[in-house]
Amino acid sequence: MPTDARTWFTSGLSTEDKDRIADAVAHEPPADTGTDVTAGLDALQTPAGAIPGAMAVAWRRVWPPLLAVAVVLVIWQAVVWSGVQPIWNLPGPREVAQAVGRAAQDGSLWEALTTSLSRGVLGFLAAVAIGTPLGIVVARVKWVRVAFGPIITGLQVLPSVAWVPAAIIWFGLSNGTVYFVVLMGAVPSVINGIVAGVDQVPPLLRSVGRVLGAGRLAMVTEIVLPAALPGYLAGLKQGWAFSWRSLMAAEIIAVGGSIGFGLGQFLDQGRQLADMALVFTAILLILAVGIAIELVVFAPVERAVLRRRGLRQDA
Amino acid sequence: MTTVTSAAAATTAERDPAPAVRLTGVGKRFGDGPPVLDGVDLEIAHGELVCLIGASGCGKSTLLSLLAGLEPATTGDVVAEPAALMFQESALLPWLTASRNVELALKLRGVPREERRTRAAELLHLVRLGPPPGALRSPAGRREARRGDSGAADKRAHELSGGMRQRVALARALAQDRDLLLMDEPFAALDAITRDLLHDELERIWRATGRTIVFVTHNVREAVRLGQRVLLLSSRPGRVVHEWVVGDAGTTDPVALTGEITARLREEISRHAH
Repeated sequence: MPTDARTWFTSGLSTEDKDRIADAVAHEPPADTGTDVTAGLDALQTPAGAIPGAMAVAWRRVWPPLLAVAVVLVIWQAVVWSGVQPIWNLPGPREVAQAVGRAAQDGSLWEALTTSLSRGVLGFLAAVAIGTPLGIVVARVKWVRVAFGPIITGLQVLPSVAWVPAAIIWFGLSNGTVYFVVLMGAVPSVINGIVAGVDQVPPLLRSVGRVLGAGRLAMVTEIVLPAALPGYLAGLKQGWAFSWRSLMAAEIIAVGGSIGFGLGQFLDQGRQLADMALVFTAILLILAVGIAIELVVFAPVERAVLRRRGLRQDA
Repeated sequence: MTTVTSAAAATTAERDPAPAVRLTGVGKRFGDGPPVLDGVDLEIAHGELVCLIGASGCGKSTLLSLLAGLEPATTGDVVAEPAALMFQESALLPWLTASRNVELALKLRGVPREERRTRAAELLHLVRLGPPPGALRSPAGRREARRGDSGAADKRAHELSGGMRQRVALARALAQDRDLLLMDEPFAALDAITRDLLHDELERIWRATGRTIVFVTHNVREAVRLGQRVLLLSSRPGRVVHEWVVGDAGTTDPVALTGEITARLREEISRHAH
């Protein structure tokens, strides 16, 4: 029992109380017996697991997806060889690999990739910036939620490609069209993600906040939002998926004007040239971006958050 | 062993001009439901450790909510010091380390940032989850602390055992620096060995800090082990129907007292058989 802690605890008490406490402390049992038993029990009850090496974990996580890709390639090649479609309609992995090489060499691949990726990321970030405060308001203000909840869910279900014709009329063949469609696709997901996250906050944690004396603001910033983080992350992930899909839909339909050359336009070009290898190249690139963002951005963040909270056991 | 009648209790109460808790004729009902509490009279002096026992559904937790000011009473008067509350589950915030959980309580109380770490370390040391705070001031001490079991301060709830979690929760409740500490079956979910140890710890901390503690339990032995007074609540509606003063060790036979309280509790429960 450190002296400074004791004076701090007893600072608000009368002299009599302090005497009484000092007396009680003097009759304290020898500290170390209790300490030993307590420490021993703590050591026995603390989960102690051997942590597998990082390389072993990485290896265990890498080979199954690689194997799956190999299986898909084999099936693809088998379908091509079976001759259900002429080779110019259904190119094999080799033809597509050559098309990827050509597109990389003439630079069109990189242009399409950077254009789409920067639009997708910017649009997604804008959706997060708009959706997050709206989501907090919808989650926390009852009447807003009752009134707007169904509309937001409806918007989330509505394929945002449905907005493309209207957006072209309003914004022309410009970036405005692309971003409008992306926002209409992603914002409802971000809002619903945060609402779902807030709904799943255990009532006990709110009680803790109240007991600890959190005001309205502190309740949101210290308790509700951190507790809602896993749900919010799920919403962000879905928001990104909707951003990317909406972007591709908008790019495939809206070609020309000042709209630039993205992966969607790349794909449409392949269609107009009747070059199926090019179409497949575009599809593979769109897929690759989706997988890469999941692997590089969302999966690690999600894993870290869940592991910190003990919601995920693996290393 | 002393059995105090309500009249005698009232006389004791009159001598205390400003008790930590005073309930007069308190009743509570939710909506149009039957009363959960009815006519509860209760007085607890500063620095007392009082155990409330009763069967399930006797409104023990409701009573604590009233004392904590989380719920208003339907009838009667509740006068209670501002209280800290500890739950059956540790209710640690799972995204914060043990130390940060304690620091949050200090932060919400307005303790400046620089002080929070030191005070949290003091509190965790008090519940035997960390080295003495002085040890952390020197780099060597910090290294030493990290090597030992004292790393508990930097662990999150899921990395701690149930007993350790409850000690962190206790440290957090103490961090609120309120004279009155309300405990709602805090050790009910723990194994017997851990619970026995925590009884010793709680008693030591109670003596060291001079807190007023209201400890709710359905375990008669626990109540006799910890309480200076044991209050029996009836069920549906809850009301204080009996009170025992647990004397100093030696003058009271805890086994006999446990037997007597258990008998009364059973009697109280069997009233609801028909």
